[in-house]
Amino acid sequence: MVIFILRRLHVMLLSTLCLTFLIFVLTNLPPSLEKLAKTQGNFRMSDEEVSTYLYNHGYSQPMLVKYGQWLGVLPGYVIKGTDGRLRARCAEPQEPVAAAPTYCGLLQGNWGYSTVIKADVGSVIRDKLALTGILMFWVLVVMVPSALILGVLAGMREGARLDRVISTLSIISAATPEYVSGVLFIALFASSAVGLQWFKGTATGAMETLTFSNFVLPVITIAVHGMGYIARMTRTAMAEVMTSQYIRTARLKGVRFRNIVLKHALRNALIAPFTVIMLQFPWLLNGVVIVETLFNYKGFGWTLVMAASNNDIDLLLGISVVSVVVVLLTQLISDIGYVVLNPRISVS
Amino acid sequence: MGMDLQPLGWGGIIARIALQFAPVLLAIVATFAVSLRYKRALGLYGKLCDSPIGMIGLALVLFWAYTSFLAGGFDLIMTHDPLTQSAMMKKAPPGTPYSRLIGSPDPADGAYYLLGGDNLGRDVFSRVVAGSVKVMLIAPFATIFAFMAGITLGLPAGYYGKRLDTVLSFSSNLVLAFPVILLFYLLVTPEIVETGLPVYMAAVLFLFPIVFLVILWNSRYRTRPARRNLLVAVTVALGGWIYLGLAWDADPFGIIHVPRNLLVVFSAVVFVNAPTVFRIVRGLTLELRTRDYVAAAQTRGEGPWYIMLWEILPNARGPLLVDFCLRVGYTTILLGTLGFFGLGLE
Repeated sequence: MVIFILRRLHVMLLSTLCLTFLIFVLTNLPPSLEKLAKTQGNFRMSDEEVSTYLYNHGYSQPMLVKYGQWLGVLPGYVIKGTDGRLRARCAEPQEPVAAAPTYCGLLQGNWGYSTVIKADVGSVIRDKLALTGILMFWVLVVMVPSALILGVLAGMREGARLDRVISTLSIISAATPEYVSGVLFIALFASSAVGLQWFKGTATGAMETLTFSNFVLPVITIAVHGMGYIARMTRTAMAEVMTSQYIRTARLKGVRFRNIVLKHALRNALIAPFTVIMLQFPWLLNGVVIVETLFNYKGFGWTLVMAASNNDIDLLLGISVVSVVVVLLTQLISDIGYVVLNPRISVS
Repeated sequence: MGMDLQPLGWGGIIARIALQFAPVLLAIVATFAVSLRYKRALGLYGKLCDSPIGMIGLALVLFWAYTSFLAGGFDLIMTHDPLTQSAMMKKAPPGTPYSRLIGSPDPADGAYYLLGGDNLGRDVFSRVVAGSVKVMLIAPFATIFAFMAGITLGLPAGYYGKRLDTVLSFSSNLVLAFPVILLFYLLVTPEIVETGLPVYMAAVLFLFPIVFLVILWNSRYRTRPARRNLLVAVTVALGGWIYLGLAWDADPFGIIHVPRNLLVVFSAVVFVNAPTVFRIVRGLTLELRTRDYVAAAQTRGEGPWYIMLWEILPNARGPLLVDFCLRVGYTTILLGTLGFFGLGLE
C-alpha cells in the first residue's frame, strides 16, 4: 500500500511537470505574449514597443530557460532594459535588484507574480482556493447524499411511480443550465418580483462572513445542476443490480426489502456513481465560473477566467498546479474506492 | 409602414410562433402517426411509443431535430436574419412590430420581433432557432466521438491494467486537469488556429470511430472472413471519406466541408469530454472484468477484444447510456457557457 501511494506521488509529480510545461509553452507562444504585453502596456502598442516590453521583462528568453526560472532550478533573470533600468525576476517591486535572491521559483515557494491581480500568485491561490473550497464542501454535502438517496429510491423498484417521479425530476435538474436555474432562483427567492425575499441574491458578503442567507442560493444552484446526473447514474446501476440472481435469492430467503437494498445491492451498484462523484471535483474547481459570476463570488473559476483572458502566465501555471493535484488526488481516491467497493478489483 | 402596426399581445405572439413552427409540428404529427401505426413492427423504437413519458421525450427531441433541420437546410421557421441588427429594436419587448431606423424593412422579413430584440437589436426568436442548428450539429456528434475515444481507450485500460492503464490514465488525467476555459481561450486564438493545432487534435480524435468499428467487426466476425472483410472495407471507405472531409478538409469529392471555427469548437468539445468517458468505462471494466462470464469467455479461448467489446461493453451499457444522454445536454450547456465568455460560435 505504501509503495502504491509512493508510486502515485511519483506520477503526480510527473503530471504536474507535464501539464505546467504544456501550459507554459501555450501561454508563451508569440500571440499570447503579444496579448500580455498589450494588456500590461496599452492596446495601441506598435510591434517594436511590444518586443521591447517583452525583452525588458524577460519574456524574450528561450522557453526552457524561462520554465527553469519559474520552476526555480535556474537563476532568475537580471536584465538591463533598453530604458536603462535594471529588472530582476526575483526582486520585489520596490526592492533593489542587488538584494534579490538568485533563485525564486516554485521550488523556493515563490509562485510568481500575477500581472492581472497585481499580487503574489501564492497568496491569490490560497485565498481563492479557500473560497472555492468552502463552496465545494457545501455543494458536496448537499448534492452527494441527496443524489444517492434519490437514485437508490428510484432504482430499487424500476418503473414504479416513485421511480418515474424521481427520474423526471432528475432529468429536469440535469437539463437545466446553471445560468437558467440560478436566475430563476434569484427571481423566486431573492427579488422583489415574487416577494419571497428569503435569501440574498448575491454571495459577495459570503467572501467575508458566511451566513445561511447569503450562501444558500449558489450552493443550491450548483447542487441541483449536478444532482440529476449522479441520481440517474445511481438509479441505472441500482436497477441493474436489482435484477441479478443473488437479489432474487435474497428475496426468496425472505430478507427484508430494506436490508436487500442497503446490504446486498447498494455496494455493488456504487462503482459507476462513485466514479462520476469523483469526476465532479475538477468541475467544481474550475467549471462553476458561471455561478461564481452570477452570484459575484470571486472563487477559483472566476480567477481562472481573469487569468485566461489576460494571459496571466504565472497565475495560470499556479492554477494548473492546483488543478493537477486535485484531479490526481480524487482519481487516486476513486481507485482506492473501487478496491473497497469490490475487493476482487486490483488497481496497483 | 411598420409604424402602423400595433404591438402583439401574448395570444397573438403564441399564435404567430405556432404558425412559424407549423412545418415542424406537422412533421412530428406525421412521424407519430406512422410510428403508432406500425409500432409492433418497429421493435425497441415501437416499445417507446407505448410509454407516455417516452412519447413526450421523443416529441421534444423531434421538435428540435426537425426545427434545426428545416432552419439549417431550408431557411424555414426563422422570421429574420439572426445577425441583422436594427437600432430601433434594441431590447424591444416581445411582439414589437419590426422597424428600421434607416430605410424601410425588407418585405421578406417578418412583421414582428416575436420574442423581442436583444441588446444589439437582433431578433431573439430567429436567434434561438439559428442556435439550435449549431447545437444539433455539435452536441450529439461530439458526444458520439468522445464516447468512441473513451470506449476504445477505456476498455483496454481497465481490462489489461498494469502499464497500459498507467499510461492511459496518466494522459487522461492531464486532460482532466487542463482547465476547460483556458483550453478554449487558447484554441480560439487565431494565431494558434493558424499553427494547425486544432486540426491535428481533430485528426487524432476523429480516427477513433473508425478504429472502434474496425476492431468491433474484426472481433465479432473473425471466424467469418467474408463478412468481416466486407464490413471492415465499408467502414474504412465510408469512414475514411468522412474523416478526410471533417478533419483535413480534403474531401476528394468536395461534398463534406466544415467551417474552421466549427471544427475548432467541435474537436475541443470532444477533447474535454473523452477523458471523462474514459474514466467511466475504465471503472466499469475494472469491475466487470472480475465477473464469471468473463472468466468463462477466457476459458473458451475468446480473444481479448471480443471479451471487451462483446462481453464487457454490453454489460456496461446502463451507466454508459445514461451518461451519453446527459452528456449531450451538458455539451449544449457547455456551448452556452463558452458563448457567455465570447468563446463559442457566432
